[in-house]
Amino acid sequence: MKVKRSKGERIFSVFNYILLTVIMLICLYPVWYVGVASVSDGNLLTQHSGLLLKPIGFSLDAYKKVFQNPMIVKGYGNTLFILIVGVFLDIVMTSLGAYFLSRKHVMFKKGIMLMIVFTMFFSGGMIPFYLNLKDLHLTNTRWGLIIPFMIITRNLIIMRTSFESIPESLIEAAQIDGASHITILTKIVLPLSKAILAVMVLYYGVSIWNSWFWASAIIRNRELYPLQIILREILMQNDVTSMSSGASAADAESIAMTIKYATIMVATLPILCVYPFLQKHFTQGTMVGAVKE
Amino acid sequence: MEKRSLAYRIQKDWSRNKALYLLVIPVLIFYIVFHYKPMYGAIIAFKDYTPALGVAKSPWVGLDNFTRFFNSIYFGRLIRNTVLLSLYNLIFGFPAPIILALLLNEVKNKKFKSLTQTITYLPHFISLIVVVGMITDFSLSTGLFNDIAALFGMERAPLLQDPKLYRSIYVISSIWQEVGWGAIIYLSALAGVDSQLYEAAQIDGAGKWKQLIHVTLPAIAPTIIVMLILKTGSLMNMGYEKTILLSNPATYETADIISSYVYRIGLLEQDWSYSTAIGLFNSVINMALLIFTNKMSKKYSETSLW
Repeated sequence: MKVKRSKGERIFSVFNYILLTVIMLICLYPVWYVGVASVSDGNLLTQHSGLLLKPIGFSLDAYKKVFQNPMIVKGYGNTLFILIVGVFLDIVMTSLGAYFLSRKHVMFKKGIMLMIVFTMFFSGGMIPFYLNLKDLHLTNTRWGLIIPFMIITRNLIIMRTSFESIPESLIEAAQIDGASHITILTKIVLPLSKAILAVMVLYYGVSIWNSWFWASAIIRNRELYPLQIILREILMQNDVTSMSSGASAADAESIAMTIKYATIMVATLPILCVYPFLQKHFTQGTMVGAVKE
Repeated sequence: MEKRSLAYRIQKDWSRNKALYLLVIPVLIFYIVFHYKPMYGAIIAFKDYTPALGVAKSPWVGLDNFTRFFNSIYFGRLIRNTVLLSLYNLIFGFPAPIILALLLNEVKNKKFKSLTQTITYLPHFISLIVVVGMITDFSLSTGLFNDIAALFGMERAPLLQDPKLYRSIYVISSIWQEVGWGAIIYLSALAGVDSQLYEAAQIDGAGKWKQLIHVTLPAIAPTIIVMLILKTGSLMNMGYEKTILLSNPATYETADIISSYVYRIGLLEQDWSYSTAIGLFNSVINMALLIFTNKMSKKYSETSLW
């Protein structure tokens, strides 16, 4: 049945499109500004004031400086190491836990589930966590940024819920054929859960790529700094001197600004290029009600 | 008799699920070592901990660390800042994604809808360091925010040095970063609303507004309530990461919250027992809040976390 739209509804519809467009612009503009500023001419940029819609002048000098900075290159390397090893271990551990929790007729499942979910609502706190890492000799090593963060409980619950939707008959049939749990997990459950795996890789990947706090707390050796810590020095502690060396004071200041923006782009683009392709799977990952047991 | 049957059941379960239990052992070890061991470690809140003596051998001091905190000149300020920042975040930050989802739900053009979603998710994927880096840069007296303010004839000022502006900057930037991402859950709830309900409402002559009040909102109410419980439950559990990055001594008056204070006293000044006590105080209050909101919700709306 077709209902004729009233005048009020049409006005609302127009208003709605305009409002959403404004929201989009607000979400996008700061990133656009940074991108545009990063390829602008540093001197012209410092003189400019107000909104920036397109680059003023054009120069890739800032990017050259960024890639010549050994700390950024090292930081990138450290982050990539933590990312690749970390995401792999995260997925292995999370699938093991999720597979266990998705099985039926297991006596201690409820107790183990309770023990896991409890940690979402109560924790020992930052300081005991830190002292524990120190006791375990996980400070000042990249493993300290991988092992203690292998399972994010929320992700484990999401994955369990996804595993539970796999038809029990498939798993029982494999069991009758004598397949072990490892075989069932790797040959049946995981191949049927590709969508949720992609989301998990993204969730863990993003959280590793963006994390900085524990790195700043436990890593003392500059050689081991992940990218975000280097970024923090450049963006917030204004440590661009090493990159703008050899320039006059005024030049150094204008270069420093574009270097900051170029650094942001270099650190952010990889993720911004990936997430739109996984968008259709996001809803699966946000089923919060799934915590309920 | 009962004991024997329990032992028998355990034995039967073990012989049946042995391989499964072996698989979950690494996961259990992970939770014990990185979650439950620190919970045990939190007993240093009641001790005078020194690394040389370790957790077990450090002497007990009872509630000394807690009374020290309650009598500290920072106690009132920390509680006030934590609660206010949380409340502002809740009042302004909680409805924002719901409103966005409702607006998006009215969009008939699929391409426009999907484009809006993609773009509003974008800030969620930008790291906190970069977001705060951008805010810091834009807030300088020569920065973008001041450039825009100057267009409207306002005076230029270093915005992040002003304690009066701190909470607004914090809350607005958080909404900017999370509104699109937060809308996902409501969008999926909205997608599940039976379209026959809308048709019936239309036949009854209900306009858009009435449909919203009588069909849409009741349908997504359970989702809203669960999200609200989770948010209220973490009212005292404001994250420290953004505060540590965004605040500075000039704004501590309004910016400093319990968790960022724990960080400074603990990790920077290494006053281990005292900082653990403050953190534990925070965790316990938080846990109590969550249980309380969950109870309330169970009583009045039949929606709850457990």
